[in-house]
Amino acid sequence: MIGFKVNGKDRTFDGDPEMPLLWYLRDVAGFTGTKFGCGMSLCGACTVHQNGEAVRSCSVAMKEVNGTSITTIEGISTNGLHPVQKAWMEIKVPQCGYCQAGQIMQAIAFLNKNHNPSDSQIDEAMSGNLCRCGTYQRIRAAIHQASKEMI
Amino acid sequence: MNDIQNVSRRGFLKGAFVAGTFVLGVQFVPKPLWAGVSSDTSSVFQPDIFLSIASDGTVTIVAARSEMGCGSRTALPLVLADELDADWAKVKIDQAIGDAKYGDQDTDGSHSVRSFFDQMRQVGATGRAMLITAASQKWSVPQKECSTEPGFVVHKATARKLSYGELAAAAAKLPVPKKEDVLLKDRSQWRYIGKDNALFDLPEIVTGKATFGMDAAMPGMVYASVEHPPVLGQKIKSYDDKAALKVRGVKQTLTIDTFKPPHHFQPLGGVAVIADNTWAAFQGRKALKIDWDTSPHSVYNSDPFRKTLESTSRQPGKVVRNLGDVDAEFAKGGKIIEAEYYTPHLAHASMEPPVAVAEYRDGKVLAWAPTQSPQAVQETIAGVLGIKKEDVTCHVTLLGGGFGRKSKPDQVAEAAVLSKQLGKPVKVVWSREDDIQFDFFHSVAAMYMKAAVGADGKPTAWLQRTVYPPIGSTFDVNAKYADDEMGLGWNNLPFDIPNHRAENGPADAHVRIGWMRSVANVYHAFAIHSFADELANAANKDSVQYLLELIGPPRIIPVQLDPDEQEEQKRYPLDTARLRHVVELVAEKSGWGKRSSGNGHGFGIAAHRAFFTYVATVVEVEVDGKGQVQIPNVWTAVDTGTVVAPDNVRNQMEGAASFGASLALLSEISVTNGVVNQSNFNDYELVRMDSAPKHTSVYIVESDAPPAGVGEPGVPPFAPAFYNAIHAATGKRIREMPLSKTKLV
Repeated sequence: MIGFKVNGKDRTFDGDPEMPLLWYLRDVAGFTGTKFGCGMSLCGACTVHQNGEAVRSCSVAMKEVNGTSITTIEGISTNGLHPVQKAWMEIKVPQCGYCQAGQIMQAIAFLNKNHNPSDSQIDEAMSGNLCRCGTYQRIRAAIHQASKEMI
Repeated sequence: MNDIQNVSRRGFLKGAFVAGTFVLGVQFVPKPLWAGVSSDTSSVFQPDIFLSIASDGTVTIVAARSEMGCGSRTALPLVLADELDADWAKVKIDQAIGDAKYGDQDTDGSHSVRSFFDQMRQVGATGRAMLITAASQKWSVPQKECSTEPGFVVHKATARKLSYGELAAAAAKLPVPKKEDVLLKDRSQWRYIGKDNALFDLPEIVTGKATFGMDAAMPGMVYASVEHPPVLGQKIKSYDDKAALKVRGVKQTLTIDTFKPPHHFQPLGGVAVIADNTWAAFQGRKALKIDWDTSPHSVYNSDPFRKTLESTSRQPGKVVRNLGDVDAEFAKGGKIIEAEYYTPHLAHASMEPPVAVAEYRDGKVLAWAPTQSPQAVQETIAGVLGIKKEDVTCHVTLLGGGFGRKSKPDQVAEAAVLSKQLGKPVKVVWSREDDIQFDFFHSVAAMYMKAAVGADGKPTAWLQRTVYPPIGSTFDVNAKYADDEMGLGWNNLPFDIPNHRAENGPADAHVRIGWMRSVANVYHAFAIHSFADELANAANKDSVQYLLELIGPPRIIPVQLDPDEQEEQKRYPLDTARLRHVVELVAEKSGWGKRSSGNGHGFGIAAHRAFFTYVATVVEVEVDGKGQVQIPNVWTAVDTGTVVAPDNVRNQMEGAASFGASLALLSEISVTNGVVNQSNFNDYELVRMDSAPKHTSVYIVESDAPPAGVGEPGVPPFAPAFYNAIHAATGKRIREMPLSKTKLV
């Protein structure tokens, strides 16, 4: 039996320990805000936090989740919007929106470590997250804006 | 009622999957459409299939077009709400199921706003007029003394007002006025149109609550993943699923018949693994052993096919436009310039792979899908299962990108076919590998260009030939020549050249060919605007000045018309004044000519009209000593007529620069023995934040011309402007996409 937390609540899982966290979240636990994009850690659509670190949930097996704390887009803010989500709203970042939960989770983990990032630091931190609609310049602008609120 | 244009612009569907009959005017149906809007339906005011107002003041507007990131699900209801004078905060949007009564629902061709702007205005204004009538009757005052403010009818003289909710029941009893009796707002009165409104779904998107196709579910559903024939048209000889069935969570395997040609949007066929979660289905597939039959398409190899295309492009083809006599001009023996251009297949690669949920029960199908065309879902499933299309109900989720791929609902048909076999709802999930290998690909293309140049450096003759497997091959196995693609930037060259001929040569298709964001405009604009820049360089002239000379004086360019497109073409003439203007505007805004090119730094320009929108783009590049390319700036000027949502126009143009950068720098699909070589984002590369244009500045031309569309037209000018900048920076002329095929140092 694998024991862990999702968005602060205790959970257990006794299915296939090789199942990626992504598919547990989506198909078993119903946290569909986390998206499937590539299955190979190439696009970042499935990004969640494991003990506060951004991880690609498509490439984290459930056996590696044991004893850890997972946060998804649904649990990133319990009290209104997170400053990053607010910035995403104000800059009007999304087009189709499919990759944006992963982008937001990546941005939050990054900003928690770097409160005042440069453009090139943002580019480096975010280049694992694809956006086919091409909203990159708005994502960069929203991260700058959110960083001011998070200091 | 007749100023709504026939929207059948994508004639690829002619005779194949015709997207239902078209609503050419405003329809009125008496019965409520939506359960749950109000339990007391007698008090619901519903003057039209697109609008209802409940007694609590909730305004429900139907979005009949799909939302894939281009913003039409927000823009069209916004137009209706503006004319209704609704309070946008109280508007609820209902996504329509597939139904011919909504008119054409195939959300492609950048035409949602273009085709439905007038109709949405009319519906909103009709509702507003009826609410005013209802209020004036309650107050016993003349209608002309009544006005509206968002959500209310107001009688200023007596300082009274009634909410739309309070008036709904009375308005519901009124006759619907004639169109000519309904007054539309003056532009100056628009509250929402032309303002920076956010996408309706924005809050749900940033909180992860938005429902995409990937998130759709039905009670009791199982998951399926399909191993498709590696080569188009292959059938299963035999297969062994013993190992697959041992995978934890796998329930069984089923087969799907390979389509009978032409493939249309039918399932490809293959072996489906049914499981109790997606991952188990994926794992089961890896354990399948399948022996495939042969296919005539296994002869397809990209390298020799390229040679065939290029060889065809050097031979005379079918003439699609002819002015003067290019041959006579070439025979004069002046300065002749020739060039050839090549572009590979591309995959759409929307971030959400194809996915669908469907249930077959008692001869009927219920489906949920991220589809650009719910009517094509109805027709495809009806065709495959032999039922009536009216017996297929297709709900449309948000689409995690579409770009044309999701007009083709083969994966929805797979879900329906499997559900019929299983007797329960089935969710079919395509992997990224499935998505990239089994796309309806953007076509590979070869272009041949030839010009005779006069003493002033201007062309006196311009011949252009284009060759590629046509989209028509998806619907007709004998199709070798392009059809509607010719109107996508090939038979309407907007240049002032006395002798001009445009031709198209034949090519066979060996993979499924489809339309991708801007379609043939992508390779046509690449060839035309690269060649224009080559001529400018040969004449030793500034590229912007030369382009303006090529475009020539302000005039209307006559274009060849399909009978069903004449009305629309009249409304949207090809106007070189508008094309010139975007060129001049982008040159000014980019500071064109103020900084010289060379030594690894350069600017390039291209301007193209697609889907009736004029776009000019300047790209700035920096190439370092290792040949690494950065794009610090892109400037785009866009004239799309009347603008509903300017911030969305900017977002679409910014995104088009990134989409254009992906195909110009990195992306290529190639084929070996009929099998696609690429499979995921490691080998089918897209730009990321560190390789995308750093900043795109967008300049929107203010215009009261009829609205065109912005989903696609930003893409075509990007690649030629980019390659022209590479030439300016390095002296290297790029004649093949993507850039990664060429070593810059």
